[in-house]
Amino acid sequence: MLIRTRNLVKVYRMGDTEVRALAGVDVSIDKGEFVAVMGPSGSGKSTFMNLVGCLDRPTSGEYWLDGKAVSDMTGDQLATVRNRHIGFVFQHFNLLARTPAQENVELPLVYAGIAKQPRAAQALAMLERVGLGERAHHQPAQLSGGQQQRVAIARALVTEPLIILADEPTGALDSHTSLEIMALFQALNRNGMTVVLVTHEADVARFARRILRFLDGRVVADESNLPVEAAVPA
Amino acid sequence: MSALQLLRIALRALAINKLRSALTMLGIVIGVGAVIVMLAVGAGAQARVEEQIRALGSNLLLVMPGTTTAGGVRMGFGSSSTLSEDDVAAINREIPGAVAAPALRGSAQVVWGNSNWSTQVYGTTPEYLEARQWPIAAGRGFEPAEMTSGGKVALVGATVARQLFGDADPLDQQIRIKRVPFTVIGVLETKGQSLIGHDQDDVILMPITTARSRVIGSANAAKQRSVGTVWVKMPQSADTREFEGQVRALLRQRHRLQPGADDDFSLRNLAEVMAAQEASSRVLALLLAAVASVSLLVGGIGIMNIMLVSVTERTREIGLRMAVGARTRDILGQFLVEAVTLSLIGGLVGVGLGIGAATLIASFAGWRVVLSPQAVVLAVAFAVGIGVFFGFYPARKAAQLNPVEALRFE
Repeated sequence: MLIRTRNLVKVYRMGDTEVRALAGVDVSIDKGEFVAVMGPSGSGKSTFMNLVGCLDRPTSGEYWLDGKAVSDMTGDQLATVRNRHIGFVFQHFNLLARTPAQENVELPLVYAGIAKQPRAAQALAMLERVGLGERAHHQPAQLSGGQQQRVAIARALVTEPLIILADEPTGALDSHTSLEIMALFQALNRNGMTVVLVTHEADVARFARRILRFLDGRVVADESNLPVEAAVPA
Repeated sequence: MSALQLLRIALRALAINKLRSALTMLGIVIGVGAVIVMLAVGAGAQARVEEQIRALGSNLLLVMPGTTTAGGVRMGFGSSSTLSEDDVAAINREIPGAVAAPALRGSAQVVWGNSNWSTQVYGTTPEYLEARQWPIAAGRGFEPAEMTSGGKVALVGATVARQLFGDADPLDQQIRIKRVPFTVIGVLETKGQSLIGHDQDDVILMPITTARSRVIGSANAAKQRSVGTVWVKMPQSADTREFEGQVRALLRQRHRLQPGADDDFSLRNLAEVMAAQEASSRVLALLLAAVASVSLLVGGIGIMNIMLVSVTERTREIGLRMAVGARTRDILGQFLVEAVTLSLIGGLVGVGLGIGAATLIASFAGWRVVLSPQAVVLAVAFAVGIGVFFGFYPARKAAQLNPVEALRFE
């Protein structure tokens, strides 16, 4: 079991009112799954992602990542977990401006303390894997949206994480490019990578093999899905 | 994360906002430049004072004839010729280590060939040069025979040598002082200005016997052995107060003054006067540097301001860095290095600017400036310290951001 949560609760305090973003979530995700987390805004799916991604700590409840209890780690320990085991892909790519693609991909390795030479080699190899080997020295502004998201995926993959967490990865892309990105995720998943995808679009969720539906801070449905193959028209 | 790594990140971030970085540095540049200039000017003033002390000779006591009271009217110092050559001899003889020399002063017109020059004439003894620590640059000093027989020989100061002889060699030349022919037997080393800006090299020395009989022409024959002033050099080891006391006691005894009676001479310790002046110039230099460092402080506030803006602007970048594994100290280090890089580059440019400005001041205003490596190191270190101090708060603010909120920041 790669991810296991038990009675995960997250309460935000906004002024005098308390907001229960997560009201007790029990979820297990196995290695090699492709899960789409769905739900309307305010349903708690983003909060769930942040907890699973070790960006935040639960108010109560427990979370084991690859058998390790993450819920009581310190901030710097969480940073190390994020660095080694989790690859993030964001809606707005979040690449460093005026920084070549290759250096963007190198960033997690920099914080992992990898020396310059192997770092550059690994980053370049990962860019080639997402089909951008020739654009390693382009800056984000010189790349299309789809290409930028591929750089971001290469950055997520470069530390060989246990899991890829993608938060609305196609939200800023046109439908054709979205299809390319989803095809890439499916290809990664076929090679054994665990992918968890947050989206509110059913069109995107249908590429996953399992769909978790969130509402009011709870999982209301957990269904398997026969994925649509994201065949890219030539 | 290595320091080099952090430096590369900092340099890239600064390069993205070149104009802003340059303007932020400007505060530090001006601050460090001002500190460098002020320290250089202050050190220059101090060096001038120290030079004057050296020129005068350290551990020097000046004895001047005292006052007389004529019918209840007290005259000023020097109104009476109470010091004699015998007093000088007594000091040399009775106080161990003392070197005393008389000086009988007058002014005269000096003629050589068809050039002439008005200068000070001092009648003195060979001890004078030792007391004043004044070496002879060329030629020789007075012989004992010349002292007793009133030899018509003269030592000329550097200014007189230049004014009277120009490029010619003054040695063995015949000059006339008040129509009396003298032979120039030596030229003195350059001594420089006195404390009050008086040119000490504009002088001619001759045996005191010659001066009295031939040049300065004493009107009162009764006081034939009187002298104008007495210079006393005390030995290096002597305690100033004690030495002064010895000289005073000796002179009082020789002048047969009753206990309780006023001295008929006055003693002045010139080194002490100048030490006070040196101390005041040091305080002035310190004050100037302190004022200049205020501008450095203002520059530091500028850095803090820009770093706070930068942290806010780059909140999402910080969030991303945290998401991919940056720890608190990585983010803290990144922004701290950025602030220190700003202040360090600003400091180095400021040093260049300060040295340039100090050099300009030296050549245009003619002020003496002294650039010391310590001052440069101090100013740069101060600038870096400012960077650390004012960079820490914004850097800590960045490091303490919540990654979820930072990533969501618009």
